[in-house]
Amino acid sequence: MTATLADLCIVAASEAWRGDGEVLASGIGIVPRLAVGLAKLTYAPELMMTDSEAYLVEEPIPLGPRGNYQPQYAGWMPFSRVFDVVWNGRRHAMVTPSQIDRWGQGNISCIGDFRKPKAQMLGVRGFPGNSINHANSMFVPMHSTRAFTEKEVDVVGSVGYNAARWPQGVNRDFVDLRLIVTDLCVMDFGGPDHQVRVRSLHPGVTFEQVQAATGFPLAQMAALPVTPAPTAEQLAIIQRLDPHNLRASVIKEKKGSDDFSRAAGAAGGR
Amino acid sequence: MAATGLNKQTTADGVVAQLRDAMTVGVGGWGPRRKPMALVRAILRSNLKDLTVVAYGGPEIGMLCAAGKVSKLVYGFVSLDAMPIEPWFKKIRETTGVEVVELDEGLLQWGLRAAGMRLPFLPTRVGLGTDVTRFNPQFKTITSPYADGEVLLAMPALKLDAALLHVDVADRLGNTQIHGPDPYFDDLFARAAAKCFVSCEVLTDRLDLSHAATAKANTFERSLVSNVVHAPYGAHPTSCAPHYGWDMDHFKRYAAGAGEEGGWQKYADEFLAGDEIGYLGKVGGAERVGKLPLPVF
Repeated sequence: MTATLADLCIVAASEAWRGDGEVLASGIGIVPRLAVGLAKLTYAPELMMTDSEAYLVEEPIPLGPRGNYQPQYAGWMPFSRVFDVVWNGRRHAMVTPSQIDRWGQGNISCIGDFRKPKAQMLGVRGFPGNSINHANSMFVPMHSTRAFTEKEVDVVGSVGYNAARWPQGVNRDFVDLRLIVTDLCVMDFGGPDHQVRVRSLHPGVTFEQVQAATGFPLAQMAALPVTPAPTAEQLAIIQRLDPHNLRASVIKEKKGSDDFSRAAGAAGGR
Repeated sequence: MAATGLNKQTTADGVVAQLRDAMTVGVGGWGPRRKPMALVRAILRSNLKDLTVVAYGGPEIGMLCAAGKVSKLVYGFVSLDAMPIEPWFKKIRETTGVEVVELDEGLLQWGLRAAGMRLPFLPTRVGLGTDVTRFNPQFKTITSPYADGEVLLAMPALKLDAALLHVDVADRLGNTQIHGPDPYFDDLFARAAAKCFVSCEVLTDRLDLSHAATAKANTFERSLVSNVVHAPYGAHPTSCAPHYGWDMDHFKRYAAGAGEEGGWQKYADEFLAGDEIGYLGKVGGAERVGKLPLPVF
């Protein structure tokens, strides 16, 4: 079985929950959800996850039409209880902001002026509550200066490490930004003063390429490794969790190229 | 009939007759799920205007905006789920505009909770550090009076003049049950409202005689319920799990109108000109709506 870039991202993203213990792991979107399932079925069986509707499950539910598969429910998790979990803090979500800035602030509300948006998007949804209460990671399917903005994001929906945004006396102790997995690399907030830092580069990608596709300066780990390729076991699990290959729609792969390679500079803008 | 002598049954028009221009109306359900659309359609057919609508929004917000019924929106999101951004909400926001209070999803239930408990506000950290507070300067902070001295957001109560809900079964006393997997925040909408109007798929004389085994599916008490309306398939085009899913074909037809000149009027002429029986006929009847598949996630 040949691994795709989406498979590589799922495996990289699944590392986000390592060491978290019994948290509610919420992967919003195809790649993050598969990443949670992979983590739970490999190194982190203690993770809690839902059927993406209202019940807790101990076995990750395959994506898409289920045929004869019947989910088995371990508990109940309606939205009211999700908010209780969020505010209590025992959750780690992976989300896909449309914009992310150097402080880790995220936007899914709208593009342009909030009073008269150029493009209305989802609204802030659960971003403010998630980001001020529990751990958050991000998945970005197209690493570009449009996603990683030079200036502050158009609407700050999720909080980050921008001191100017924090009134005196507000508790920032629960802000906990973890991994950013993109189609080019894996990053975290481990640079000086929470600067975004490249942790690993996907095969064939250079740091310069990542920097050129990012609107703000990046730090990098001293010895920058290549993002590990999926193992046969991991690929088999991903295939089982995504039998209809919905993950193929997430990342545009360059036709005729090697599995992981991208045209240099293709990610610079969109 | 009922031992209490209560009979809260009325019609959708009977509900609308109790609403006034400029009221604040909360709508239960969640996005494209279990919305009281028969009641919303009755508003769309009425002369009501200048409403403030509070919701985890779905097509009711897009439709009420498209029909010019709304002066202000208070929402956690507005989405049709499979269509992530509600098409008419998007159009209104990007063109003519409407006053909005965009909230975190948890903050919305917190404001409803404050109203339900008759408190001026409830404290929370949620919203601090974000543009929710910048775009809503009416939201104030409060300093904890205890040793921690923490600064918190004082989320103001979201008091409603009326709440509109749709449930699976109700009785004429105002008892209700929600049989779908998630009751959402209908209980908080009911408690935050001066008057609460509930439409239902099935209406019985007394739930204690007809549905006693599922009494745990009752999430708010009948003393909160002003009237009940029998509205089979009254959530269409939204879903009413476990009975029927949302109507994607209808959403597409509705969404297409947002891109056409006079698109809303065409939709209204086609689907809202008659009554609810006429509406159900136009969308395929009980035969079709009852078989709309539940979404798989």
